[in-house]
Amino acid sequence: MSSTAEHGHSHGGGDAHAHGHDDHGHHEQGWFLKYFWSTDHKIIGMQYLFTGMFMALIGGFAVYVFRMQLAFPGMPVPGWGRVTASDYNSLVTTHGSVMIFWVAMPVLIAALGNYLIPLMVGCDDMVFPRINRLSYQIFLISVIVLIVSFLVQGGAFGGAWTAYPPLSAKSAYNLTPLGSTLWVAAVALEFVAFLLGGINFVTTLMNSRAPGMKMFDVPMVVWMIIIASVLFMASVGPLVAGAVMLMFDQQIGTGFFDPAKGGDPILWQHLFWFFGHPEVYVVLLPAMGITAEVITVHGRKKLFAYKTVLYTAIATGIISFFVWAHHQFVAGIDPRMANIFTVTTLIISIPVAEMVFVYIATLYGASIRLTTPMLWALSFIGEFLMGGVTGIFLGASGADIYFHDTYFVLAHFHYTFFPIAFIGTFAALTHWFPKMYGRMMNEAWGKVHFWFTIVGFNFIFIPLFLLGARGDHRRIYDPTHFPELMRAGMQDMRVIATISLLVLLAAQVVFLVNFFYSIFWGPKASKNPWEANTLEWVAPSPPPHGNFPEGLPNVYRGPYEYAHPDRKEDYWPQNVPPPEGAAS
Amino acid sequence: MSATRPIATTREATGMPTGRLAIWWVIASEIVIFGGILGSYIMHRLGHPEWQYQSEHTNTWIGAFNTFVLLTSSLCAVLAHEQAAKKNGPGAARYLMFTTLGGLVFLVVKSFEWTNEIKHGFTITSNTFWSFYYTAAGLHALHIIAGMIIMLIVAADARKNRELQRVENIGIYWHFVDLVWIFLFPLLYIAK
Repeated sequence: MSSTAEHGHSHGGGDAHAHGHDDHGHHEQGWFLKYFWSTDHKIIGMQYLFTGMFMALIGGFAVYVFRMQLAFPGMPVPGWGRVTASDYNSLVTTHGSVMIFWVAMPVLIAALGNYLIPLMVGCDDMVFPRINRLSYQIFLISVIVLIVSFLVQGGAFGGAWTAYPPLSAKSAYNLTPLGSTLWVAAVALEFVAFLLGGINFVTTLMNSRAPGMKMFDVPMVVWMIIIASVLFMASVGPLVAGAVMLMFDQQIGTGFFDPAKGGDPILWQHLFWFFGHPEVYVVLLPAMGITAEVITVHGRKKLFAYKTVLYTAIATGIISFFVWAHHQFVAGIDPRMANIFTVTTLIISIPVAEMVFVYIATLYGASIRLTTPMLWALSFIGEFLMGGVTGIFLGASGADIYFHDTYFVLAHFHYTFFPIAFIGTFAALTHWFPKMYGRMMNEAWGKVHFWFTIVGFNFIFIPLFLLGARGDHRRIYDPTHFPELMRAGMQDMRVIATISLLVLLAAQVVFLVNFFYSIFWGPKASKNPWEANTLEWVAPSPPPHGNFPEGLPNVYRGPYEYAHPDRKEDYWPQNVPPPEGAAS
Repeated sequence: MSATRPIATTREATGMPTGRLAIWWVIASEIVIFGGILGSYIMHRLGHPEWQYQSEHTNTWIGAFNTFVLLTSSLCAVLAHEQAAKKNGPGAARYLMFTTLGGLVFLVVKSFEWTNEIKHGFTITSNTFWSFYYTAAGLHALHIIAGMIIMLIVAADARKNRELQRVENIGIYWHFVDLVWIFLFPLLYIAK
């Protein structure tokens, strides 16, 4: 706390204290200090990124094991052995919670937010670098607690990522007495980490923009991450309280969620989904922002309607607080309530659809460069559209009573989450890789990775849509026990889905090799290889500590001035001063 | 550890110092945490009129005394801010110590109160009313403790006329913690 004071920065009551830029980046640090104890936003972003990648391997391994069990029930799975029923529950829970809380959130929000926000708004770091470091350290503790929960007696928590009581509250039901509590603790710690990070993000955008950068000059991805952070902050509180209550129910024996003791299990569902549904938009919005950046840079065209995208994003955020009970149509809520939530759920598709239309309009007449990031961004729009359209079926309470907890639901939210968490991330990583590491990734292998991933993904989930429409229930460990789930063709579809999953997983090896090979041996990247406008491309690749060695930039225009008729080059960086005597 | 403050921290595009802006966001995120638990409590309370037979065992006078203590400590936080605005660091530190003392009195009273209730068999597991009572007030007490620790650190700096802007920031936080109690007191004590 007092270390700033020790270094002689005495502050009067709130007076601004700006020091010269030379203070930065001149002291050599040891490896540990530089990569583990750093307060540099770029290093912290990398820490989040690599931790998220590692967790994605765990989530990917879990899905491999339980999909093998579903396709070939009872057969030993290579690398795991025979899958027991409680293994199956733990694997499903681990896959769901890891992919959402420890992959999508850290990579899309924490890693990209940390890396991009200070660079894109043109400042040298986050406003609170040490709180930023603390945020990652708490996140790391949450990862360790989660991994410990896999190893304790009884194994990893098996109550599904939604952790409904009484299954999650009573160890007599979930059979993982310690694993379930560690899981709740890990989730709660992770929330604390992202609250700290979110406060940092929002304050940085509000206070530390480059001189001249007005509200509508902020790149869309920054806006999206900020709106997502505010959404997260406003929605996660009740679940933090709920996590404490659930932990007390598990360990002390209170009855918050136990009707026998005067509690109510539905209360958890409300607390969970009041967070859980805005959470979908918390991860969706950054992916939408990434898409906006990539399609404008690689389409060489101005974003069709900047303000519309911004306002629809804000509208999406607000409406997302009024849709949560569509997860509970069959949980015994009042049917009149169900009608209201059907209407709000259908309404939220309007701003999201509008965003997609703006992106399509941006692409109309664009001079598209079909690079790897552009392929990912285009496929994001298409694949996410599938997820959005199938959501309409589930938002309608009548149809949902039939579809609830079938593979149709599962395929629906994978058509939203996979594009968000993976397609969006791949678009971002391939787009910003030259900036992050100062080298280019291999385009040909990038495209191989793209096609195998996209084809694999669709061949996993289209069969699951069909299975769900035929009534296949999500939480069945061994479908052979149920003759109605073994009707002609159903097992074939499970096998197709699993084989496609193996293709998809194998394709990720291509990405990992390309990624790590290119970090060290890829061809050198210039400052601005994509000819983009936003401020991060003004900094060297990779940016040094302090980001802009030639002085912090000033901003003169919006981020999407591509193909301006008055200019010879087809791009116009935000920091380039207007020519003498020009009107704007 | 880099001890130099980045330029980002010193910029003020909103016209509000970064620290104060961040405190408001901290409070925004805290409001929903307490909002979640109090909202759950209110919904349950409405559904369980029989909880009045539990809540009649809470001691309104002790609650009222603690309300008085917290309000007085908040007054001291305001006086500390006034001193900080006059650049009188030692004066601000003295008032912050009074605020911390208020927090301490609150906690001591609370621990006697709880000990007495637990002795009479009203534990966290005896009924869901008591579960909410201990969880909500316990969460609040944790915030009091955190506030006191931070206040001592801020006071130690303020005594040397350092980081005086933090006096206001911790004051804002303390008022918030106080305000939460203003909600807890009627909900847990007065509503019989």
